Amino acid sequence: MCLGIPGRILKIDDETRKLATVDVSGVRRQVNIACIVSDEHPVSSCVGDWVLIHVGFAMSRIDEAEAALTLQILTELGEAQAELETMRLTAA
Amino acid sequence: MKYVDEFRDRDKAKILVTEIDALVATMDIPDDRPLQIMEVCGGHTHSIFRYGVEGMLPKEIELVHGPGCPVCVLPMGRVDDCVSIAERPDVIFTTFGDAMRVPGSKKSLLQAKADGADVRMVYSPMDALAIARANPEREVVFFGLGFETTMPSTALTILQAEAEGTSNFSVFCNHITIVPTIKAILDSPDLQLDGFLGPGHVSMVIGAAPYEFIADHYKKPMVVAGFEPLDILQSIWMVLKQIKEGRAEVENQYARIVPYEGNEAALGAVARVYELREHFEWRGLGSIDHSGVRLRENYAGFDAERKFAVPNVRIADPSACQCGEVLKGVIKPWQCKVFGTACTPEQPLGALMVSSEGACAAYFQYGGQKRDRQMAAAP
Repeated sequence: MCLGIPGRILKIDDETRKLATVDVSGVRRQVNIACIVSDEHPVSSCVGDWVLIHVGFAMSRIDEAEAALTLQILTELGEAQAELETMRLTAA
Repeated sequence: MKYVDEFRDRDKAKILVTEIDALVATMDIPDDRPLQIMEVCGGHTHSIFRYGVEGMLPKEIELVHGPGCPVCVLPMGRVDDCVSIAERPDVIFTTFGDAMRVPGSKKSLLQAKADGADVRMVYSPMDALAIARANPEREVVFFGLGFETTMPSTALTILQAEAEGTSNFSVFCNHITIVPTIKAILDSPDLQLDGFLGPGHVSMVIGAAPYEFIADHYKKPMVVAGFEPLDILQSIWMVLKQIKEGRAEVENQYARIVPYEGNEAALGAVARVYELREHFEWRGLGSIDHSGVRLRENYAGFDAERKFAVPNVRIADPSACQCGEVLKGVIKPWQCKVFGTACTPEQPLGALMVSSEGACAAYFQYGGQKRDRQMAAAP
């Protein structure tokens, strides 16, 4: 819940409501991207971005290396597995 | 030092430990009064134990594991309120999985579910809103929990519910805020702390600026830190360097994620939806002024506390628990009377045993060389 999990934005689902589909280690899930968009970074420019996701909300844009490192530490802490399982269960 | 072998970058870790040793060697630290550095965030606590960071540090440095686990600090009375809402036949009660096992005075949400209440685990508040849309004849309540990291997500979900007119959705708001809590710890008369590691993901939202009072007013160093063991070692070194040079500043080791000014969109949603409560109750710490938020009057229709009559009874922490003393660094987890006996991760009595981010659960799970060493050295 408190540690963000990295994912990559695959497509924009709803430009007005700022919803996008992300891929998190193979699990696809809709997230809200309101907190990472701005005039310089409009919704349409977010596809392909790596982001840190907290409880279904992208909270920070990160680079690919940081994403890989974060995922590894979450796996070692045993948190990535639990988070992915919850995402999988609730993605339907 | 077996844990060092697990580091991705063993050489860097060894260099950092050597630099910490060298710095400590130049400082005048009395044998009976080690430097105490508090990591505020439960994510750091988990990482510190997982990678055995404490065992790598010289004996002159002690890490104190702070209150930054929102699941752990949830008071029993609030869990009772959750159970009371969840047991209403018209309600679907939605919660993060972490909160299911937190003990109330009679039962946890997990036990309430076993007894027939409609309690559902969700990954996101957005899932709770989707359940509300799909069940217009039921009242769907989301258990809003967490520090500033998760506060914006609940706020944005409420704004979405308002925009689309989903009126059978509400939030039982238990969001808490970190700054007044750090202040309460700093004002504590038995405080001995010499510096802080600042939370990473809370700071991603609020920025580093709100911590300036720690340096300005209390003259303590604060370094906002990442979660990698290397981040933590580097941040400890930065705190020590400040102490050595007689500085007290807010420094940002985690600048790759944490902007000084925070996340504008997230802070905007938070300011729009919530206002500070006069005080909020913490398990282990008691009541702390302005440490929780509630929904503003404009969003009263989405406030489960206004929608349902909750008992709102204050339940005292079990008297055997010494969570408050552990949180402030006065005693170590294993020095608590009930640690590992009446209080275990399977049957938690106190707050800090509840989640893997709580100091006692982490001690219990990972033990650690440092504890063994301290126990051996104890008179």
